[in-house]
Amino acid sequence: MSASRRPLPGWVEIGLLPLANIAMAFLLVGLIVAVIGVDPFHALKLLVLGAVGSSESIGYTLYYATNFIFTGLAVAVAFHAGLFNIGGEGQAYIGGLGCGLAVLALDGLLPGLLMVPLAILASAAFGAAWAAIPAWMQAWRGSHIVITTIMFNFVASALMVYLMVNVLIAPGSMTPQSRGFAASASVPSMQAALQWIGIAVAPSALNLSLLLALLACVGVWIFLWHTPWGYGLRTMGQNPEAALYAGTNLKRATMLAMCLSGALAGGVAVNELLGVHHRLVLDFAAGYGFTGIAVALMGRGHPLGIVLAALLFGALQQGGAELNFEIPKITREMVVVIQGLVILFSGALVHLPRPWLQALFARRG
Amino acid sequence: MQELTADAAIELRRIDKSFGSVHAVRGASLRVERGSITGIVGENGAGKSTLMSILYGLHRADAGEILIDGRPVEMASPRDAIDHGIGMVHQHFMLIDSFTVLENLILGAEGGALLAGGLAAARAELARLAGEYGLAVDPDARVADLSVGEQQRVEILKVLLRGARILVLDEPSAVLTPQETDRLMQILRLLRDRGVTVVLITHKLREILAVTDKVIVMRRGEVVAERRTTETGAEELAELMVGRKVRFDLDKAPARKGETMLAARHLSLVDGRGVRLLDDISLEVRAGEIVGIAGVSGNGQTELLQVLSGIRPPTGGEMEVCRRKVDAAHPVDPAEMRDLGVAHVPEDRLRQGLVPAFLASETSILGYQDREPFCHNYLMDGPAVGKYCSDLMERFDVRPRTPGLRSANFSGGNQQKLILAREMARNPRVLLVGQPTRGVDIGAIEFIRRELVKSRDAGCAVLVVSVELEEILSLADRILVMFGGRIVGEVAAGEADERALGLMMAGARAA
Repeated sequence: MSASRRPLPGWVEIGLLPLANIAMAFLLVGLIVAVIGVDPFHALKLLVLGAVGSSESIGYTLYYATNFIFTGLAVAVAFHAGLFNIGGEGQAYIGGLGCGLAVLALDGLLPGLLMVPLAILASAAFGAAWAAIPAWMQAWRGSHIVITTIMFNFVASALMVYLMVNVLIAPGSMTPQSRGFAASASVPSMQAALQWIGIAVAPSALNLSLLLALLACVGVWIFLWHTPWGYGLRTMGQNPEAALYAGTNLKRATMLAMCLSGALAGGVAVNELLGVHHRLVLDFAAGYGFTGIAVALMGRGHPLGIVLAALLFGALQQGGAELNFEIPKITREMVVVIQGLVILFSGALVHLPRPWLQALFARRG
Repeated sequence: MQELTADAAIELRRIDKSFGSVHAVRGASLRVERGSITGIVGENGAGKSTLMSILYGLHRADAGEILIDGRPVEMASPRDAIDHGIGMVHQHFMLIDSFTVLENLILGAEGGALLAGGLAAARAELARLAGEYGLAVDPDARVADLSVGEQQRVEILKVLLRGARILVLDEPSAVLTPQETDRLMQILRLLRDRGVTVVLITHKLREILAVTDKVIVMRRGEVVAERRTTETGAEELAELMVGRKVRFDLDKAPARKGETMLAARHLSLVDGRGVRLLDDISLEVRAGEIVGIAGVSGNGQTELLQVLSGIRPPTGGEMEVCRRKVDAAHPVDPAEMRDLGVAHVPEDRLRQGLVPAFLASETSILGYQDREPFCHNYLMDGPAVGKYCSDLMERFDVRPRTPGLRSANFSGGNQQKLILAREMARNPRVLLVGQPTRGVDIGAIEFIRRELVKSRDAGCAVLVVSVELEEILSLADRILVMFGGRIVGEVAAGEADERALGLMMAGARAA
């Protein structure tokens, strides 16, 4: 009991502890893989090579990471304000609706330089609006945000299916997707962008949305730690009574935090729709919102940590897909199990290796 | 004389404990005789609570020995301490409000899968203890319905029921009225006479002198003195604690009252369930005077401060703050109050006054974060905030002088000084202060009170709410007594006597 209070050196706390968590998760994954009759070292090699083995695989890893950065930031901003936003999934989805509506309405009229920023704003605005409803219910009616945001995921999903099947479906199409966006309404792929400056990489889904995500990281960092509103949000998250005492309007701060959170989740739509699909499709946000929670937790709510955690989850997603392709015995579900174990060990069981590390460093110190 | 014959219930030998770079206890040795009441006094951060946490198995000592009844023991967890007959009564009660007394008593010792057996055994034991120690409490009352003094008795019963022969009490009187404190002292004497060993941690010298047999003084992690209570006095103990002479009496000039800065007329506050928290409160505070509000905690003082500082709008009546009218239809928020020149040092510094996880520099601007010079062009100026915090720390002697340290890592007294510094630095016209020296050590108390008087003399209208009668008596120019959400009496400072005020605080008499 008293052992858990002993502090560890900073680099152990930030560097070694997460690595130990991941190592433990992989140890268990290895055991499970061995049980189904696959050589775990071979599987690990495929996983790693699949994630970072070629410029194409790195591209895909970064493309997935882009989504995780957006949803991780979304969860983190709300979390700093003491709000547990489980609705990143739905906010990203509705963000996509905003993006799609803006492009479908205007892509014939506006040049790309206006269209793309407008579509990005529309994604953010719709994501924010979808988060604003649970925020309003929390702030004024006391409905618990965890319950309402998770229910809004289902509402978003049902709404999108209805709209895609009945309203926004491309005329004559058999699949529920919209007509393709005009070429001007797209975020350039990383391959194309790098080609302009003379660097050749393999084509992948990676596009310049990654830069938008990194920009969002910087923005969130400045907002939370270097503006009075961010200060107010963090005060509210730590200590609502102190925030009230300090003159922060808790209702308004709740709205602000959730709208910002929803707008960040809307970034997923930019990456997916403007960057990859170039049309409005169903289920493009599937899973990213929820994984964002793990990314935010693992990144300790700090933008830099979120980038690192997003890279890890991006690599798992991409490497896992490769693994599934190479060894059909390791199914998609198995890959989800791997992700789940990483989340389990670096989230719920984060303090498990602490006593051992403490023993190790206590003896030395 | 007795010291040679009586054997030690507790003996600590050369206990040493560090937390990171903080050396909290340095080679402390002490003996507590069986069947005695021993007081441990010292300023906040002197190491007395840490030492008792080590005794109770909450922390492990880096070095040193613990002997119970002469035998060396290992205290790895509170379980060990309980097995050795040590019971701890914490300053904050560990009771479940919605449970009955009996249910609270068996918590953690239910005695089997069905509660009936444990409850019956506890009921019988409770009756025995009530008879033996005069600790009568209705076993079927809900804890929420008990007075604070009774709740404390439940805490004491809880540890006695676990077979404790050594009772450690951490600041037990912090939440009690003078009358309740007297009752507690009676109970402690009775326990001692029945052979229980009592260790009393406090910084209230009056209680130490009233009830203990021996006093151990700690300063900066060391045991600096041990005295028989009969052979010492408040002055000597205070000097030993602080390490220099301490003056108890504030000498202050008579108040030079100016115009009324804060006035309340028939204020009332009714909560959502229809409970009347404030009832027809009228008061005024003039520039250059200190008005003290005395009362047992929970009689509306908290709500009064909330309303006066703009945190909660009143439901009836009106107030005038620096010439601005406020009523239910024209509420004001705390930020606006600050603009009007109202500063507020809240009662509960850990829940309201600061954010424990924030850096001291962040705490030093709480409530002022969007103002010059901390914020320009919507961005906060980190270096300016750090510099400002350093200045405040220098002026108000906050230790350590480290703006980059987390607020939680400062001692209570230093947290309080930082909050006072923040609120007083902007020369407010009205200063609302709740519990200025709660949980603050003697050296800092002296300093804080003097700063409040200084602020008064500079023309500020000061309203002090405190449950420490002695504090109100020494600070205030005028005293109002609150009971049940009403102001039940007003006394000029010169004419106040403690007994009469105590009776008013208990609702026994209106002046």
